[in-house]
Amino acid sequence: MEPEKKPILEMRGITKRFPGVVANDHVDLELFPGEVLALLGENGAGKSSLMNVLAGLYRPDEGEIFIRGEKVHIESPRDAMNLGIGMIHQNFMLVDTMTVAENIILGLKETLPIPDMRRIAARIREISQHYKLKVDPNAYIWQLSVGEQQRVEILKQIYRGAEILILDEPTAVLTPQESEELNHILKQMTSEGHSAIFITHKMEEVIEFSDWVRVLKSGKLVTVKRTADTDPQELARLMVGREILFRLDKAPARPEETVLELRGVQAVDEKGLPALKGIDLQVRKGEIVGIAGVAGNGQRELTEVITGLHRVTDGQILINGREMTNRSPLSIIKSGVSHIPSDRIAMGVVGDMSVAHNLVMKGYRQPPIFRRGLLNRRRIVDFAGRMIEMFRISTPTTATHVKFLSGGNIQKTILAREIDSCGGVLVAAYPSRGLDVGATEAVRKEMIRQRDNGNGVLLVSEDLEELLTVTDTIAVMFEGRVMGVLPSENANVELIGLMMAGVPKEKAENEYYGSKHATDI
Amino acid sequence: MISLITSILAITLKAGTSLVYATIGEIYTERSGILNLGLEGMMLMGAVSSFAVAYHTGSLLLAVLTAMMVGMLLAAVHAFLSITMRANQVVSGLSITLFGTGFASFLGQRLGPESNSFYLTGMNAVKFTAKRIPGLADLPVAGSMFNQDILTYIVFLLIPLAWIYMYKTKYGLNLRAVGENPQTADAMGIPVAKIRYLYTIVGGMLVGLGGAHLSLAYTPGWTENITGGRGWIVIALVIFSMWNPSRAILGAILFGGINAVQFRLQASGTNISASYLNMAPYIATILVLVLVTVWESHNRKVGPPAALGTSYMREDK
Amino acid sequence: MRLTFEKRKSVSKKAILLVPVFSFIVSLLLTGILLLIFGTNPLRTFAGMFRGAFGSWINFTETLVKAIPLMLTGLGVTIAFRLRFWNIGAEGQLTFGGVAATWVALFWSPFLPPWLLLPMVILIGSIAGALWAGIPALLKTGLSVDETLVTLMLNYVAILFAEGLYYGAWRDPQGYGFPGTKLFPEAAWLPRFSGRAHAGLFIAIVLGLILWIVLNRSKWGFELNMIGKNQRAARCLGVDVKKNIVLALLLSGALSGLAGACEVTAISHRLQQGLSIGYGYTAIIVAWLSQLNPIAALFVAVLMAGLLVGGDQVQMMMGLPAAMGLVLQGMILFPMLAGSLFTEYRIKRISE
Repeated sequence: MEPEKKPILEMRGITKRFPGVVANDHVDLELFPGEVLALLGENGAGKSSLMNVLAGLYRPDEGEIFIRGEKVHIESPRDAMNLGIGMIHQNFMLVDTMTVAENIILGLKETLPIPDMRRIAARIREISQHYKLKVDPNAYIWQLSVGEQQRVEILKQIYRGAEILILDEPTAVLTPQESEELNHILKQMTSEGHSAIFITHKMEEVIEFSDWVRVLKSGKLVTVKRTADTDPQELARLMVGREILFRLDKAPARPEETVLELRGVQAVDEKGLPALKGIDLQVRKGEIVGIAGVAGNGQRELTEVITGLHRVTDGQILINGREMTNRSPLSIIKSGVSHIPSDRIAMGVVGDMSVAHNLVMKGYRQPPIFRRGLLNRRRIVDFAGRMIEMFRISTPTTATHVKFLSGGNIQKTILAREIDSCGGVLVAAYPSRGLDVGATEAVRKEMIRQRDNGNGVLLVSEDLEELLTVTDTIAVMFEGRVMGVLPSENANVELIGLMMAGVPKEKAENEYYGSKHATDI
Repeated sequence: MISLITSILAITLKAGTSLVYATIGEIYTERSGILNLGLEGMMLMGAVSSFAVAYHTGSLLLAVLTAMMVGMLLAAVHAFLSITMRANQVVSGLSITLFGTGFASFLGQRLGPESNSFYLTGMNAVKFTAKRIPGLADLPVAGSMFNQDILTYIVFLLIPLAWIYMYKTKYGLNLRAVGENPQTADAMGIPVAKIRYLYTIVGGMLVGLGGAHLSLAYTPGWTENITGGRGWIVIALVIFSMWNPSRAILGAILFGGINAVQFRLQASGTNISASYLNMAPYIATILVLVLVTVWESHNRKVGPPAALGTSYMREDK
Repeated sequence: MRLTFEKRKSVSKKAILLVPVFSFIVSLLLTGILLLIFGTNPLRTFAGMFRGAFGSWINFTETLVKAIPLMLTGLGVTIAFRLRFWNIGAEGQLTFGGVAATWVALFWSPFLPPWLLLPMVILIGSIAGALWAGIPALLKTGLSVDETLVTLMLNYVAILFAEGLYYGAWRDPQGYGFPGTKLFPEAAWLPRFSGRAHAGLFIAIVLGLILWIVLNRSKWGFELNMIGKNQRAARCLGVDVKKNIVLALLLSGALSGLAGACEVTAISHRLQQGLSIGYGYTAIIVAWLSQLNPIAALFVAVLMAGLLVGGDQVQMMMGLPAAMGLVLQGMILFPMLAGSLFTEYRIKRISE
């Protein structure tokens, strides 16, 4: 029987409204010292909103917050910091052109007008050794890997005396091994009295990382449970409100001829460093090939060389058997390639143009839309109407500017346009990122439908579950190379994890099967 | 020969002073993320207002303070439109220039003595004269540095101070963060809007001061178009100095030098028509811009503040 | 209680119409206050300006004289701004167009039949303006050089270049007391139809209509729209961004060059000082105030011209400085810029 503990943090009745939606609807939360609390919910359930209220980025419309039993008003990030609350966002709050030390002391009130950077660096090294957060205080942020940057973020909060850490989808950018390391770091911190809240939509993470879990759905709190008392299926049900399928109904693939082929493709990134170091890849008609790997290992360059947006310095790209290396984006589009870009708002739609216009951005060059020198307005509206219905895009009118749509509907708009115009190859980069479970399911089903319709699909994803369920084959990328290719059916997650961390396939297999063999003896 | 170089250097420093003030001012403004294209109008307003005050009161101190205040006011308008009203910064700056140019013209035609139907043009007022520093001013080439007016001497101090402030203090750190990544700065508790306002207005103050130097020291008096496009050249100088105050002097020397050589050539009566000679600074600006742009594209670490020209609002969903 | 801005769910059409009107009224108010400070009666001043610009037919034709170059340069700037290409070089493109037109008018006449001279003058003037805008366009698309300063600097270069010519190599020894080139042969005079108002008006109106159709209904206009609103996405979707920017800028410069050619062939009949009284800069106001709509630009150009002509008139009548019109012009964008926020945001009260 545990002694009665007082909560370090209480949020009561928090309500936050935005135009057209209630992000948080009278949500309660309790956090005890030395505990890890998971906030679980679909995208749009209100988890980020709630934490942004706590971190001082949003002001709640109703509700109260208590820290160590005392009522507080958090009106800015500075107030939150003064109360010992530190948030680590999904998009790191780091200034690229400054050093680690500069980032850590940024905005810190106690700093002297002319800070003593040497003393600060020494203190940073102290903390980093204590918590095993390996980082060089004088390195520039742009020189660091994503995992290292996350460590800087954590260091930053500890340096500033945070007792309550909020982490927003922390494992999204980490390999399985790095996630484990993060878990150890959190456990060490909580054993020293820190508490943590982390936001996630992945059930397995909840089980691994947390002591308690609160499930949010459509802005409301639906459950509070001790993690030990629940399991992923129950959590999923609570999160979505219905049984979700962990396995999609998928007919076996029947691949035919190769539609997309890369031979020894090399490319450099903007800094001039090699991004693709000799990629060999094949996608066949009627097949979905997945690309696994932590973001930043060349996946962006991969999709961009295929779609003509990035230069190939060596090697060949063949589409439907024809040489298409370094051709213009337009010729590649005309050869049948459709592209669902990773950054949908920056690359996939023109936000200040209407839904209808965005839907015809592939079709405007030919009849029936384009005839006798002009674009036919009625045909555009008709076409848009059909697409909206077919793909169930939710929009007030066809003339609404796309930027007013929700993320899921923007993605549906892109999907509609790209799938309608697809001529054999579909390149999809992180298509279900940031979407709720319903939209995610729709996107995945659509990928499979395209494959069954006789297209070849290349699917880049950071979601291993997605890759395992949707694709037929998985290729793992690390630092611009394909570490190995294996069939998705019954694929070994640990093997994939090793490859994501840079271990080539054969070596990974030896390690994995070798050690297993050893323990069996 | 030495005396030729010395005299060219002297004119260069004198010509460059107003450029340095304005360049450092705009560097600070742009470092906070705000692009202020109103400089030409602000310098004109600084020039006419300080000259008018010098003419009517005989006090150089009041004149300089006036120019600074005028610069701050115009910058404040730009700040309000760009930051609070989230207007397009390019057009906002241009409208400040259009307004400042027209209004300066208006004042120049309205603030003079009754005896000449209110024109300031052609009038004389107190002005800044060179103050020799005994001993140092006699040095061969460097001596030209020590025979300048007080505003130029202040510039010698301003440059290192501006550099220390930006790179060695925590205020400079905050400023740079705001210009690079306002979301991060905001999350770290730095008041983004306040900082943008502050440095836009402070920058404007220095720009006004640059204008005052023109009408009170460099070409004492008031004429229409006394700035001759300097306000625009300053924008290029900011890029040329890579947003680093210590480099502001380089651009000023370059353009001050072009000015000085122009003077010399005209004085010595060359064949080249004055009009074509006068093109030099403008063409030079274009070349400087092209060279700097090409060089920056090969060098990852230098470049404008990443958030330059964008607006920022916290609850942006 | 606190006021804050809250994003709207869709663009407010009401605001789009009201904001320019509102800005004009506010700028009138501000100028009125300024006039009071300087001891002049604002109502009489505005009434005088209105009469001076629109009060009689001959006054109206003078307003048209100033409106025509504003229409053309306004259209040119509109195209560029639609692409978010900050072409501040309309002044220089106009001037360079005027210079090239002068070149043809003065030196090609021996080689051309008289009926061909004027069309060539206009054509070459437009091409020259196009080339002058092509320089910053190529620098931007080829080397990523920022266009704002290049276009600006080229203004000064063009104006000085023109000066060098009409003070120097092309100077008319007779002079007429006013430095400039010889008068053009009459075959190169653009016909006027009333007072000094000339055929350029009809060219401008037709071009305005054509531009509207192109921007809103044509394939090219669609692509230009995409480029202006999201360049990256446009490229992803196969649009040749660089080629389109250069083409659009050539068109933009051609319109301003055309304005310059019209000015020299219709108004002064020679190249002289005062070719442009800042039309290229006023064009920016025209473009922005008309919210980049070509048809609206035609009307706004007339409005701006009215301010200039009216300003000139009251200057003589009421002893106000000539810069009056310029000040009013300069003020007009401030409320416009402040007001454009309301097309996407509304004010919300938050109770504490």
